[in-house]
Amino acid sequence: MSPDLIKLIFGRLSIESLPLHEPIVVGTFVVVALGGITLLGGLTYFRVWGYLWREWFTTVDHKRIGIMYMILGIVMLLRGFADALMMRGQQMLAFNGSEGYLNAHHYDQVFTAHGVIMIFFVAMPLVTGLMNYVVPLQIGARDVSFPFLNNFSFWMTVGGAVLVMASLFIGEFARTGWLAYPPLSNIGYSPDVGVDYYIWALQVAGVGTTLSGINLICTIVKLRAPGMTMMRMPVFTWTSLCTNVLIVASFPVLTVVLALLSLDRYVGTNFFTNDFGGSPMMYVNLIWIWGHPEVYILVLPAFGIFSEVTSTFSGKRLFGYTSMVYATVVITILSYLVWLHHFFTMGSGASVNSFFGITTMIISIPTGAKMFNWLFTMYRGRIRFELPMMWTIAFMLTFVIGGMTGVLLAVPPADFVLHNSLFLIAHFHNVIIGGVVFGAFAGITYWFPKAFGFKLDPFWGKMSFWFWVTGFYLAFMPLYVLGLMGVTRRLRVFDDPSLQIWFVIAAIGAGLVFLGILSMLMQFAVSFLKREQLKDVTGDPWDARTLEWATSSPPPAYNFAFTPVVHDNDAWWDMKKRGYQRPLTGFKPIHMPSNTGTGIILAGFATAMGFGLIWYIWWLAAASFIAMLAVGIGHTFNYHRDFNIPADEVVRTEDARTQLLAGAKS
Amino acid sequence: MNTDTHATAADHHHHDDHAHGTLSTYLLGFVLSVVLTAIPFWLVMSGALPSKQITALVIMAFAVVQIVVHMIYFLHMNTTSENGWSMMALIFTIVMVVIALSGSLWVMNHLNSNMMPVHEMGGMK
Repeated sequence: MSPDLIKLIFGRLSIESLPLHEPIVVGTFVVVALGGITLLGGLTYFRVWGYLWREWFTTVDHKRIGIMYMILGIVMLLRGFADALMMRGQQMLAFNGSEGYLNAHHYDQVFTAHGVIMIFFVAMPLVTGLMNYVVPLQIGARDVSFPFLNNFSFWMTVGGAVLVMASLFIGEFARTGWLAYPPLSNIGYSPDVGVDYYIWALQVAGVGTTLSGINLICTIVKLRAPGMTMMRMPVFTWTSLCTNVLIVASFPVLTVVLALLSLDRYVGTNFFTNDFGGSPMMYVNLIWIWGHPEVYILVLPAFGIFSEVTSTFSGKRLFGYTSMVYATVVITILSYLVWLHHFFTMGSGASVNSFFGITTMIISIPTGAKMFNWLFTMYRGRIRFELPMMWTIAFMLTFVIGGMTGVLLAVPPADFVLHNSLFLIAHFHNVIIGGVVFGAFAGITYWFPKAFGFKLDPFWGKMSFWFWVTGFYLAFMPLYVLGLMGVTRRLRVFDDPSLQIWFVIAAIGAGLVFLGILSMLMQFAVSFLKREQLKDVTGDPWDARTLEWATSSPPPAYNFAFTPVVHDNDAWWDMKKRGYQRPLTGFKPIHMPSNTGTGIILAGFATAMGFGLIWYIWWLAAASFIAMLAVGIGHTFNYHRDFNIPADEVVRTEDARTQLLAGAKS
Repeated sequence: MNTDTHATAADHHHHDDHAHGTLSTYLLGFVLSVVLTAIPFWLVMSGALPSKQITALVIMAFAVVQIVVHMIYFLHMNTTSENGWSMMALIFTIVMVVIALSGSLWVMNHLNSNMMPVHEMGGMK
């Protein structure tokens, strides 16, 4: 075939694009391929493809979509954490003339992929998954406002994750750091596909995130049970509302910035170039207008989880509900006024830097108020130290340290010394692991019995907890020390041998975290095997306070046979106190949305389009785009969008629960 | 018990609280839009104002009024639709856009004024 034809068909893709010269990547590929073949073979052997397609992939049930988000987050955590281990290993070894085991080309991809994956494909899916699962149950709704859109959002997030994973074996990922600052990310300095993988993975996933934000805002505003005024909403629902407002307001900025960067790269515009009037600094400015709200997008739902957990396990109403809500709203607004603290050293003068330094310090006030609210909730409570509560305590201790180093970094003169150092790395891991990750784990252990009908095994949970917490401190406290000594981030080799011991300690810490992750996987496996022993038939295993615990575990597809009426903040607690009796008769047919495969098909075409654009395979990009339009228009002619669950099926489901509850009492 | 603790299924269908326009409000909006477009057009074509800057500023002022007209007459924006959520969302959006635009202008302008002039670089030791 002529070279022109090959170029037309395959674009930039060639046999040289496969990283066959990287033994580590080839080894990973062999392991992943074998694992993948085993998994796919197993699924085929046990004939579960049809089941998965009908019941999971095409589902519009917010609970199943939530669970799929959590699975995506945990799978990607393994990938992101493997990158972390590789970095810790490299930095531990590369002393005394040793080059370590990663070459610069590979190492730069590893730290970029680690950041991108951990934020976009671990933290975001975990947070979105929990919101998806819990919010409709907490407000007494049957599903989200737009169930099909929810399915589509999930698959777009998966599409982005697929593109990032593909970059490991086909071509390479960006070598720019997780925010891909130009001019490094411009075509002149990054001519290969890495930055294009970055751009299209985030654009595809970003569509999902934005739509899911709109969906959840609409759900919370419009579908609350009667009686649930705004100031009677559970705190987790409040923080979810604020998070989704932030998503809808800030993700378009990311979309536009990346679109401008792709225009620079694809058609030769000069938005962020050094010459022809472009300004790379504008990119830094714009991407942090998205980037700072993003960290609050992640941490606000975690704050909500801790609020629910603290009041449940202290057996008390949350202290200062109103102040908690106002603190959340204030953080939402303030998170838009601090973005410049990510680039104090870029060249702004004293007035700009002091303004943003002060707003940054102010944001610690509502956060501190929340901390005191949790403490006062625990004060004189009868605290049960079950796993969700343990994660919450670990969060409170860890997050306060991270908050204090954050306020330190908010002082512009201090930031001039510490910016870009390992002190910064230690700070943001301290707040993201201590806040978001511990929050997600608290949420997973707290709501797992609701989702599956049995509790998680406490022994392996505690193993995971202690490995994670000690591992975290061992891994990141040395980075504070190194940062104060002036070690900058993203270094591959070191000259000063006296630094090595700190990197060894950090690597040991990362090893402990690895054991924590393994223990967590073990916990899921053991809990599944012991599910009869750990079974909960009441639907309310923790003696909890909010509406999601009023229904069975796992909840029926329709969540609530009758929409509950809310009279109090802690609606379920109030119902229990007033001697609530489950209705046993009078069930009616329930109107529900139908499953549809359109979401996964659309997302599949979007991913193919991204792949085509990355590799300059224009026919693929164009064909996928047209296919997307066709499928989208085709879906508007789908008139089988809803169905009614017949009354006698509702009766059967509810009677089965009545018998279970009677069995539990006798 | 049922009537107290549980809403009936009928409650779940919200009554429609969207604002609707009438023929006269649509016509009024249309006439206002045309007038607000025609005046800037005339300003540019006739050059009635002494300087280009003033013309540009006046046109921008008309554009802002035009946005308000569209929102009130065509998007039915008022303080009561959707229980005030529309207005709340609008105010939030305006606050965010103002922060992002004015903040970016301030930051970027400040960077510009603090950048080291190129010719001084050579003298730095």
